Amino acid sequence: MENDPPKATRREFATCAAAAAAGFLMTACGPRRLHEVPRKQLQQMVRDMEREYSQKYGEQVTVSDAGPMADVLFAYALDISRCIGCRRCVYACVEENNQSRDPQVQWIRVLQMDKEHGIDFEHADPYYQPDQVPEDGHFYVPVACQHCRNAPCTKVCPTGATWTEKDGIVVIDYDWCIGCRCCMAACPYGARQFNWRQPSIPEGELNPSMHYLGNRPRPRGVVEKCTFCIQRVRAGRYPACVEVCPVGARKFGNLLDPDSEIRYIIDHKRVMVLKKELNTMPKFFYFYGT
Amino acid sequence: MRKTLIGATCVAIPAAAWLLASPGDASESRAAIPPAALQAPSQAKEPPPPLRVQVPPPPFSEGIFPCSDCHNEKDLPANPTRRTLVDAHDDIVLKHDQEHRWCLDCHDRANRDQLHLASGEAVPFAESYRLCGQCHGEKYRDWRVGVHGRRVGQWNGAKQYLLCVHCHNPHEPRFKPLPPKPAPNRPEPYRKH
Repeated sequence: MENDPPKATRREFATCAAAAAAGFLMTACGPRRLHEVPRKQLQQMVRDMEREYSQKYGEQVTVSDAGPMADVLFAYALDISRCIGCRRCVYACVEENNQSRDPQVQWIRVLQMDKEHGIDFEHADPYYQPDQVPEDGHFYVPVACQHCRNAPCTKVCPTGATWTEKDGIVVIDYDWCIGCRCCMAACPYGARQFNWRQPSIPEGELNPSMHYLGNRPRPRGVVEKCTFCIQRVRAGRYPACVEVCPVGARKFGNLLDPDSEIRYIIDHKRVMVLKKELNTMPKFFYFYGT
Repeated sequence: MRKTLIGATCVAIPAAAWLLASPGDASESRAAIPPAALQAPSQAKEPPPPLRVQVPPPPFSEGIFPCSDCHNEKDLPANPTRRTLVDAHDDIVLKHDQEHRWCLDCHDRANRDQLHLASGEAVPFAESYRLCGQCHGEKYRDWRVGVHGRRVGQWNGAKQYLLCVHCHNPHEPRFKPLPPKPAPNRPEPYRKH
């Protein structure tokens, strides 16, 4: 009997129970993740964000709270027979999505690969810098978030700060991200970026058209990534990288619309996804347009 | 009567296509066709691209259009002889199947402000994609559905295409190499503190 745990007194039990109840109440009434916030409260939060950012950056900022549209599942297709690796998309993305300039954060990474090896990440070089592209014997594979249907990143997040929206966009709640970077370890595409230091955007280069799940300014210590330009696509526009691509290699549309460009590509072209053996089921397709 | 005519055309067009495509004596048979035959009645006009699509005006060099300012019967009668241009337009380098074609294969001789198809049908510069589509049918098909070429606008609504010639100089259509934007920084070195 000596090894038995000490018996709790009635007083100790009551104290513990009260503390647990208080803890539960405080959690339940406290801040919530953005996907569980009621609509009305969300509108208030978005207005608060607008006020905060407008004050901080000294210009009128609008933060959209547009939700997913009905019968829409976004998908992306990139023609690797056309991409010339000019990186226009990388910088259009940085400007559109308010990525930090110093320290440098970029959501798109263009990999230069050897035609000899095919798509082989062992032989990929993101740091190529010739005078002119494309270079002989190489092709280019831009990689950003693949918006997987079976996304490993959302499964590992310990705080539930990243999830897939109904229209297929994988998003991050920057207020709930604790910066543990489990999602970065889980992502097989290296698509997630971490703010190691305080992000900075030069004056006058802020994109004031924002979305609460997208390009609003991020604090230090959170993860960020491509959102298919959620602030644009939920307003019906093409993502910034689609519009800037000088060779027209980037295609975007609704997977559920049989007349969309994306469905035409899947029906008529040779289409593949990266690392399909991992069963992540990306909604970002690569195709051969020729 | 009309039905018979349509039927005859339906048979005649594939037959002609087969004749033209037959491998033996291709050059001879082409040479044997009198120019008048090339002006054969055009096929049924194909449907224009969907209405939601807008195409910007063609990218003319400054001050070059309308061509008929110089090229009219009074000032400059057409010279249909194939030759190297020396007096004007000598800056144009033709690298587009140059062994087989020259200016008047695409530019209309009678009306210089237009182009013409192989059928002889005149096509305005704003619809030059129909001319390109005669040879590049596969690309034309992809372009119409939005898979070839750049589009801007709404993914679910109004959008703008570019003409073929906005990206491909019709006289030298190969896409020109571009200087790339700067490479990303390499990861910062490990700091011990």
